[in-house]
Amino acid sequence: MKIVMVYFKKGLVTVAAWGLGLLIFVPILWTVLTSFKTEEEAVAPNLHILNFSWTLENYIEVQARSDYFHHFWNSVVISFGSTAIGLVIAVMAAWAMAFFPRRNTKDILSWMLSTKMMPAVGALIPIFLIFRDLNLLDSKMGLIIIMVLINLPIMVWMLYSYFKEIPLAILEASRMDGAGLWSEVTLILAPMALPGLFSTGLLNLILVWNEAFWTLNLTAADAAPLSAFIASYSSPEELFYAKLSAASTLAIAPILIIGWFSQKQLVRGLTFGAVK
Amino acid sequence: MRNLLASVALAVFATATASATAQAETKLTIATVNNGQMIQMQKLTSVFEAANPDIKVSWVTLEENLLRQRVTTDIATKAGQFDIITIGSYEVPIWGKKSWLLSLNDFPADYDVDDLIPPIRSGLTVDGKLYAAPFYGESSMVFYRTDLMKKAGLNMPDAPTWAFIGTAADKMTDKANGIYGICLRGKAGWGENMAFLSTMNNSFGGSWFDMNWRPQFNQAGWKTTLTTYLDLMKRDGPPGASSNGFNETLALFQSGKCGIWIDATVAASFIYDAKQSKVATKTGVALAPDTGLGKRANWLWAWSLAIPASTKNADAAKKFVAWATSKSYINLVQAKFGVGNAPPGTRTSLYRDANYSKQPFAKMTLESINRADPSRPTVNPVPYVGVQYVAIPEFQGIGTEVGEQFAAALAGKISADEALKNAQELTEKTMKQAGYLK
Repeated sequence: MKIVMVYFKKGLVTVAAWGLGLLIFVPILWTVLTSFKTEEEAVAPNLHILNFSWTLENYIEVQARSDYFHHFWNSVVISFGSTAIGLVIAVMAAWAMAFFPRRNTKDILSWMLSTKMMPAVGALIPIFLIFRDLNLLDSKMGLIIIMVLINLPIMVWMLYSYFKEIPLAILEASRMDGAGLWSEVTLILAPMALPGLFSTGLLNLILVWNEAFWTLNLTAADAAPLSAFIASYSSPEELFYAKLSAASTLAIAPILIIGWFSQKQLVRGLTFGAVK
Repeated sequence: MRNLLASVALAVFATATASATAQAETKLTIATVNNGQMIQMQKLTSVFEAANPDIKVSWVTLEENLLRQRVTTDIATKAGQFDIITIGSYEVPIWGKKSWLLSLNDFPADYDVDDLIPPIRSGLTVDGKLYAAPFYGESSMVFYRTDLMKKAGLNMPDAPTWAFIGTAADKMTDKANGIYGICLRGKAGWGENMAFLSTMNNSFGGSWFDMNWRPQFNQAGWKTTLTTYLDLMKRDGPPGASSNGFNETLALFQSGKCGIWIDATVAASFIYDAKQSKVATKTGVALAPDTGLGKRANWLWAWSLAIPASTKNADAAKKFVAWATSKSYINLVQAKFGVGNAPPGTRTSLYRDANYSKQPFAKMTLESINRADPSRPTVNPVPYVGVQYVAIPEFQGIGTEVGEQFAAALAGKISADEALKNAQELTEKTMKQAGYLK
C-alpha cells in the first residue's frame, strides 16, 4: 500500500509538471504555428491545430518590410555588451561584499534589490531627459548603460550567493602562496565560480534580450532591438496576427536556442547549487 | 580563443559606440502605426527616395498607444527624435495651440489644399493654420449582412434609427448557430468602447460636459445610452464582448458571426476584400443610427502626418508630407495596390473618380464623414471640440477610466447605475483637479 502511494505521488507530480510545462509552452507553440498560417486562417477558429495550408509568406513579408538582421544585431550588441560590463562590475561588488563584509553589507544588498521594486515608468521622464541631454537617445551605448543599471542588483545578488559558498580558506591559502588581488580573482575565484558566472551572465542575457520597456521608449530607428521589431507588427485597425507571430518567432528563436543548449547550467545556477 | 573573444568584444563595442557620422543626405525619421495604409506608404517610400535622392527615410512603427506615449514625450521634451509623426484628430488641436507642430500652410499650390474634405481639414486646423496633413480619414457607419436581413424580412434604410437597429438585431440573432445580431466594441479605452459610446450618446441627445464643464453622466442622455447599449449587447451580442475592440469585432464580422456592426468606415476595405473576408459579397452599408434628434452616432477621425517643431529637417519633412498626402500619391496607391485600396476620406477628388465611386462603400463613407461636425458634435451646445472625444489633454485619462466602468458593466460586474455614478465621480474629480470646476 505504501509503495502504491509512493508511485501515485510520483505520478501525480510528473503529470502536474508536464501539465505546467505544456501550459507554459502552448502560447509559444500557438505563435509558431500561427506564423505559418495565412492571415485569414490565423483568426479563424480551428480546433485541428496542424490542419491548415502551411505558408512561408509571413516570413517573406516580414523580412521584406523590416530589416530583421539590423534589429537582431542591435539585440546582440545590447545584450552581450550589457552582460559583459555588468559581469565585471558585479564580480567586483559581489567579491567585496562576500569576502570583506561590513556592518551594512546586508543593508546595501537589500537596498540594491529594492530598486527593482520601483515601477520603471516612474523613472522614465528623468531618464529620458538625461539621455536627451547626453545625446544617448536611440543609441546602443545608451541602452547598454540602462540595461547594466537595471540588472546589476540581480547580478550582484546572484554572484554574492555563489561567492559566499566558496570557502574563505582557499582564498587565504592563495594569498599566503603570494597571489595578488588580480591573481586571486582571475585564477582562484573565477574558475571556482565559473558555473555561477555563466548562469548569471545567461540570465542577464535573457532578461536584456526580452526587455521591452526601455528598449521601446529610448530607441527610434537606429538602435531599436528585436522587441521594437515585434512591437511594429501590432496594429490598431487591421488583423496581422500571422505576421506578428512570424516576427515574434524570429525574435525569440535565437534566445530560445541559446536557452535550450544551456538549460542545464541555467537551472544549476538558478538553484544555487554551483559550489558545494 | 582569447584573441577571438577580444575581436568579438571589440566589434561589439565599436558598433555600440559608433555615433552617427556626418552624412551628405538628410535622414527623415517617421513615427507611425502599423495600419494597412501606412504599410503601403512604407512600401512606396522608394518612389519618394528616387525622386528625392538627397533624402533617406527611416520608419519607426509602433503600437498605437505606445506611439502616442512616445511622440508625446518626444514633442513635449523637444527631444527631436522624429521628423514626422503620425497623430490623430485628437492631438492636432491641442498640440497646434501649444506650437508644438509646424504650420503646413506653405505647401505648394499644386498640393491643392482646397481638395481636402472640409470636416477633415477643419479638424486639423487651428486659428486658420493647417497643423497636420490627413493621410486617411474615417467616420463610422453601419455594416450589415444583406442575406441575414433578407432572411429576417427587413430592409436596411440608408439612414436607420436605433429602434430599427434593435429590431433588426433581435430578428437576425441565432445564437444556436453562432450568429449574433449585433457586434459592438466593448474593450475599455478612450479610443475603443468610448469612441463608440460617445457618438451613441451624441445621437441620444447627451454630451460629456455642459457649457460649464460639468460632467453629464447623471443626466438622461448617458443613462439611456448605456442601458440601450447594455440591453442590446445582452440580447443580441457575442459572448465576452467586453474584451472586443476594433480588431476582435472585425474578425467576428469577417467570419460571418455578426448581423450588424457599427464601426470605422475604414473597415469596409477589409470586409469587402474576399481574400480576408467570408462576407465580402453579402455586406451592405448604411449611415450610423440616430434617434431623430439631429445627430447621428458617427465619428470623425483622421490619421495625419505632422511635423514636430523640434525637427532639424523641416524642409525635407514638408516635402515628404506633401508627397504622402497628395493626389498623385493616391493615384500611385491605386496603380500599385488596386483602386479600392486608396487612402480613403481625405480628398474630395477621390470620390469624383469614376472607378473609386463604384466601390460599394465609397458614397456612404463620404456622406458619413461630411455629416460629422467636430465643432458642433452634440444636440445641445458644448464648450469642447470633438465628436467621439473631447479635445482637452485630460480626456485620454478620464476617457479610459470611464471606459473601464462601462466595460465592467458590459461584463456584468457592476450595474449600469453604478457605472454611471462612478463615471460621474471620477470625471468630476479630474475636472476639479484640472481647474475646470471650482
